[in-house]
Amino acid sequence: MSRAIIGRGPIGVTSETPRIDMSTSLGAMQLDAPVLTASGCAASGRELDEFFDITHLGAIVTKSIMMHPRAGRPTPRMAETPSGMLNSIGLQGPGLDAFIETDLAWLEQRGARIIVSIAGSSVEEYVKIAQKLRYVSGFDAIEVNISCPNVEDRGQVFACNPEAAAQVVQAVRRHVDQHTPVLAKLSPDVTDITDVAHAVVRAGASGLSVINTALGMVIDVDRMRPALAGVMGGLSGPAIRPIAVRCVWQIREAMPNIPILGMGGIRTGLDALQFILAGANAVSVGTATFNDPSAPIRVQRELAQALHERGFASLQEAISFAHRAHDVPEPLLAQFTVDESDGDPDGANEDGKEITEIVVRPADDVVDEDRPVAEVVQIRRDTGTEPFDQYKDWAADQAPEPVPDGQ
Amino acid sequence: MPIQLRAEVLDVRKAGAYSVLSLTAAGMPELARPGHFVTVSMGGEESSMMLRRAFAVYQVKSRGVYGGTLEIVVGVEGKGTQWLSERRRHDVLDIVGPLGRPFILPKERVPCVIVAGGYGSAAMFMLAEQLRDRGCRVDVVMGASTESKLFGVLEMKRASSKLIITTDDGSAGERGRVTDVLPGVIDKSEAAVVYAAGPMGMLSAVAAIAAEHRAYSQCSVEEAMACGIGVCMTCVLPVVGADGVTRMVRSCVEGPVFRGDRVRWDDVGTIPSDAFGAPVVEAS
Repeated sequence: MSRAIIGRGPIGVTSETPRIDMSTSLGAMQLDAPVLTASGCAASGRELDEFFDITHLGAIVTKSIMMHPRAGRPTPRMAETPSGMLNSIGLQGPGLDAFIETDLAWLEQRGARIIVSIAGSSVEEYVKIAQKLRYVSGFDAIEVNISCPNVEDRGQVFACNPEAAAQVVQAVRRHVDQHTPVLAKLSPDVTDITDVAHAVVRAGASGLSVINTALGMVIDVDRMRPALAGVMGGLSGPAIRPIAVRCVWQIREAMPNIPILGMGGIRTGLDALQFILAGANAVSVGTATFNDPSAPIRVQRELAQALHERGFASLQEAISFAHRAHDVPEPLLAQFTVDESDGDPDGANEDGKEITEIVVRPADDVVDEDRPVAEVVQIRRDTGTEPFDQYKDWAADQAPEPVPDGQ
Repeated sequence: MPIQLRAEVLDVRKAGAYSVLSLTAAGMPELARPGHFVTVSMGGEESSMMLRRAFAVYQVKSRGVYGGTLEIVVGVEGKGTQWLSERRRHDVLDIVGPLGRPFILPKERVPCVIVAGGYGSAAMFMLAEQLRDRGCRVDVVMGASTESKLFGVLEMKRASSKLIITTDDGSAGERGRVTDVLPGVIDKSEAAVVYAAGPMGMLSAVAAIAAEHRAYSQCSVEEAMACGIGVCMTCVLPVVGADGVTRMVRSCVEGPVFRGDRVRWDDVGTIPSDAFGAPVVEAS
């Protein structure tokens, strides 16, 4: 029976915890692990720490904090929707000072990596928060939530206007420590998300969080009025995942080197893998945490398993892989080897020789995004070592690698 | 400290309009106190229902063949609870609990009154038992719209010192509402504490009656929750703190049991203008 190998080991080895290098980075922020919480879905980590060790995550992204205490919106604040939920919390929070004294202090003492999410209703408010955070230690990066209504612009959301978004990011960038990475969190509710991405990067964003919730609405048909007191709300959960993956993909196409924190409906390790393959350097788990308080750490575990099964030795190798996939034969090609004992697989095996193994081997030293990860494909047949015709050109200049035994 | 576990359904039995689910829950019975709740995820791992549903802990057994079991009462209100009521023996559920702040029990042997609306009574059996174990007299008022919506009448008869039933349609007990009979019950027993669970309107009225009678009230609220563990800020309501300041507090972690005189019942569903962090209304 013929067999396909993708990567260094046989596919489907699941009995042991895969040893995958899961480290990654968001610009200057080095992360030991690629899964983070999503802002607003983990408070400040303390509640989730009762379910799993939050220091095992890449980082905690805290709920967006504003300058002053804020009571938020009236209830109902939430409505369940197909594969998701709509929320209109209204950024309830204790204000920056209390946040620094209690939440941030606790997280720091706990030893977690921390990304502080900030929000404001005017550029001035973002500036004040940034100025204050400049003299606060213990956190690793700032995420700028720009999906807030701008009171100075008739409530227009900053994130929906490239200039307004850039203004906020520039203001924050100027006032925080120059070594602090600043991530801008983008809204999907725009015509071209790459326009906003370019604008905020020019304004000094060191990375992008993609995406925030999508604006939505539910009518309660019993009460015959909007289900939320706030009328409209942010849609999150698996329902928006394809939109989020698309946004990550588009931004990665447009900006090959910008660090991306991908999020939007990630519920499983395979969901997270989609974001990584689409170009995210790390991912956040949000709404799924409401469904399963252990979701972030479970997703991280499942992601490691999924990478291992696909032959990646490290997360780094998988980042943006889908963009390079045209350079690499589909691993799914391996599927046809399953039935080869019956004869020609898809007529591809022209000379009638049986293909026994297809090895897609991730290269050792690949960290450069511009190089394909799985750059060597070697096809060994029982009766010869000639490269398979359709890959002849492709594999011609590759030095043949010893085929791992794998048995 | 809540725990998350995969619980096997041991038994599902009908009780009037409700289903009682008996679940394996090793470790939870030891932690659960009256007024605690658990959350259950709906529809399996690929479910399109992302939000867990919350249920009061009805009964617990810490010993036995299954090493700890827990019971919840499910009333069908939507597709989630419909799905849950269709679970059968050996099905597995993801449960988290015990959650929330439980009822506070009196140190002394004071007379108590328990008021339960609909399947709000689910939370009250453990409470009644523990109060009576302390030597408290426990009068119970159970009410519902109709007889089939009452939960656990016979059982409560055993657990209480005296049980009074009211139904809106008069199909069982006295016709009327729990609040019609409550003042008389408090007067007669000279109750020091009134415990209540049920719809918000009922809790509001019970809290007012308790206050009139100078009784301390403890109300377990029903607010829509998304996470149940304190991270989402969905289930807030205005509650006055010991410092006199109104805050929008989470009913899942600061509740679900609140002092009746501390909840601003009339302002539930709003942000009172004097609440901590309320929007500043600018004079124009």
